[in-house]
Amino acid sequence: MKKKFAAMFMAAAMVFTMAACGQKADTPSTPDADASGDQSGAEVQTFVLGSCGPLTGSAAIYGQAVVNGAELAVEEINASDSTVKFTFLKQDDEADGEKALNAYNTMMDEGMQVLVGPTTTGASLTVSDQTNADRTFMLTPSASSPDVTSGKDNVFQVCFTDPNQGTGAADYIAENMAGAKVAVIYRNDDAYSQGIRDTFVKEAEAKGAFEIVSETTFTDATSTDFTVQLTAAKNAGADLVFLPIYYQPASVILSQAKAMSYEPTFFGVDGMDGILTMPGFDASLAEGVMLLTPFSVNSEDAATRSFVKTYTEKYGVEPNQFAADAYDGVYIVKAALEKAGCTADMSSTDICEALIQVMPTLSVDGLTGKAMTWNAEGEVSKAPLAAVIENGEYVMK
Amino acid sequence: MAKLTTKFKSLKKTTKVDFATYLGVIAVFIVVTVLQNSGMLNRKMLGLLVPICCYMSMAVSLNLTVGILGELSLGHAGFMSVGAFSGVIVSQSLLTAVPNAPVRLAIAMIVGAIFAAIVGLLVGTPVLRLQGDYLAIVTLAFGEIIADLINCLLVGYDASGLHILFNVSGTKTIDDLGLDATGYAIIKGAQGATGTKTIAGLTAGFILVMVTLIIVLNLTRSRAGRAIMAIRDNPIAAQSVGLNLTKYKLMAFVTSAALAGAAGALYGLNYSSLQSVKFNFNTSILILVFVVLGGLGNIWGSLLSAAALTILPEALRQFADYRMLVYAIVLILVMLATNNPQFKAFFAKLLPRRHSAEEKED
Repeated sequence: MKKKFAAMFMAAAMVFTMAACGQKADTPSTPDADASGDQSGAEVQTFVLGSCGPLTGSAAIYGQAVVNGAELAVEEINASDSTVKFTFLKQDDEADGEKALNAYNTMMDEGMQVLVGPTTTGASLTVSDQTNADRTFMLTPSASSPDVTSGKDNVFQVCFTDPNQGTGAADYIAENMAGAKVAVIYRNDDAYSQGIRDTFVKEAEAKGAFEIVSETTFTDATSTDFTVQLTAAKNAGADLVFLPIYYQPASVILSQAKAMSYEPTFFGVDGMDGILTMPGFDASLAEGVMLLTPFSVNSEDAATRSFVKTYTEKYGVEPNQFAADAYDGVYIVKAALEKAGCTADMSSTDICEALIQVMPTLSVDGLTGKAMTWNAEGEVSKAPLAAVIENGEYVMK
Repeated sequence: MAKLTTKFKSLKKTTKVDFATYLGVIAVFIVVTVLQNSGMLNRKMLGLLVPICCYMSMAVSLNLTVGILGELSLGHAGFMSVGAFSGVIVSQSLLTAVPNAPVRLAIAMIVGAIFAAIVGLLVGTPVLRLQGDYLAIVTLAFGEIIADLINCLLVGYDASGLHILFNVSGTKTIDDLGLDATGYAIIKGAQGATGTKTIAGLTAGFILVMVTLIIVLNLTRSRAGRAIMAIRDNPIAAQSVGLNLTKYKLMAFVTSAALAGAAGALYGLNYSSLQSVKFNFNTSILILVFVVLGGLGNIWGSLLSAAALTILPEALRQFADYRMLVYAIVLILVMLATNNPQFKAFFAKLLPRRHSAEEKED
């Protein structure tokens, strides 16, 4: 008996919670654009910009980098005399499609007009479809799969696409290390790693300048021991090991290769960035590692130097390429908003339509590339840079 | 009216609780639909409705295995995964053949349920002949294996039909399927299902929850259900009166798997992209937490805790970095509170009075 009423009581309680959540939507927090707009005489427009990424969990390092990078850019812009200013929103998406959609919906409830995110490919795939249906402008700093942008005119990328990286790496090896015997170790339960591997192998076959002698895989659960993969590569006589993976497993590979005195050239992609700043990693192991990256902490470029300095002071860690991508992303949005002449009172839909028109005509100089341009598909065009780690620093090639 | 009251009084307590559960779900559905149509729900809540329905159905079906049958299953998300991906394949292949979205969704959910049931039968048949914790071990492994298998799966569809490739060596890509110009990929191995047409909705979710409830509650209250509970309480005694242990265990386990499959299909068709890592061990544990928090064998408890624990982390978003900490603290407090004798006594005192008052109104 009492259970029945407990059930009813709880059901009622649930409805009330839901209703309460519903009422919150009626008063979305609107940016105080008018307040700042009138005082200076110049038309200051404050837009609501949202960013999300995995702030918790195993991929948190990427999400935090993206959100911090975007936040830093927003603070800089707000402190400048720019007429475009931002109110910044951030949410945790746990690198999961379901949670990312929740995060996106939360920020939309809070009045978000432009999205710079999500961070990871899987989450971005889910969110990009929703933004396309809602007509919200989305610029992902770091989701590199072409599926994120393809067929969605409102979605743009700051980072290289996976095919770009795979082809770029294969082209670079074909040009500079022709005749190399290449082993590939990749993570086959990861969209990013599998995507780069697929295009790398395809381009390698098309070029024919080098030979892939060994291909081995691992999964998230088996990313602690690579003796099998390294032995296979060694036995196949590989003198170059291509690692289209993130830096944590790469660090294990490097130390195990050293332990079995196997010394090929290791070649990574943008996921390798961050290996030098990894806590507890002996940077001397990474000596001679080559990687394709659009961003280097040690760059002589003045903008990069100041970014690295401020970021390190504010967050206590050196920025990685993800942070730089997000930082660029905010400036790209700013440039696009300025060019399209958007005003803060426009709806997210109107802003989206205006920005879609402007994006292909835009050329932005950022930390991760000079004169970045976009095609209508949303893919960025910027030159990938090959770097070699020498004396614990990136040396651009 | 008097007749109805007497009839109501003559009902068994369990029957009354069951009807209250149905009524509660229907009432919540009506209220939510009204709120939705009047624009009272914000986007966050709207986005949560379908996942909540899926998780409710998952929790109730897992409760059948864990609470009613008394076997620990740690791979319930694996069945969800099977249902989700088979549902996505079916729905995406029938895009032109069945343009009506609700019909396509129904077909996808049924196929998802069938596939999950088949897998459940395969997993359950050898394991449920044993006694002890073997089901937990095997389902744990099963959840991992399913994720790896789906990572090897390449599926595409074109004019000549469905193309399926099993990419064991890891060297094949979607291009190896040989799709023609009109073809499109449905599942791309580790990259999962992308570009799925999302057709799930609250009504489908409500129907799923109701069907799950009807199946689980009717099974539990039936002769078979009493046999299942007898096996849970004392397998030796049950066997001594001639019950076929494996048969009844399988009945509960396969039903549970099939319902998880249907819930998975609905979940899969609610998102445009889906990776098999979503259905990992953590998801299985999450559903187990719903069941345990709601109470083993307590169906409405599962419904409630699934809804509450899905909303909670989203409602706590304002706590930013401390969100998961607060979530864990709330979870612990709820468990402490519901086990507190004083708390229980308080409700015991409170409830009968309210109950008699309400019965007079009837």
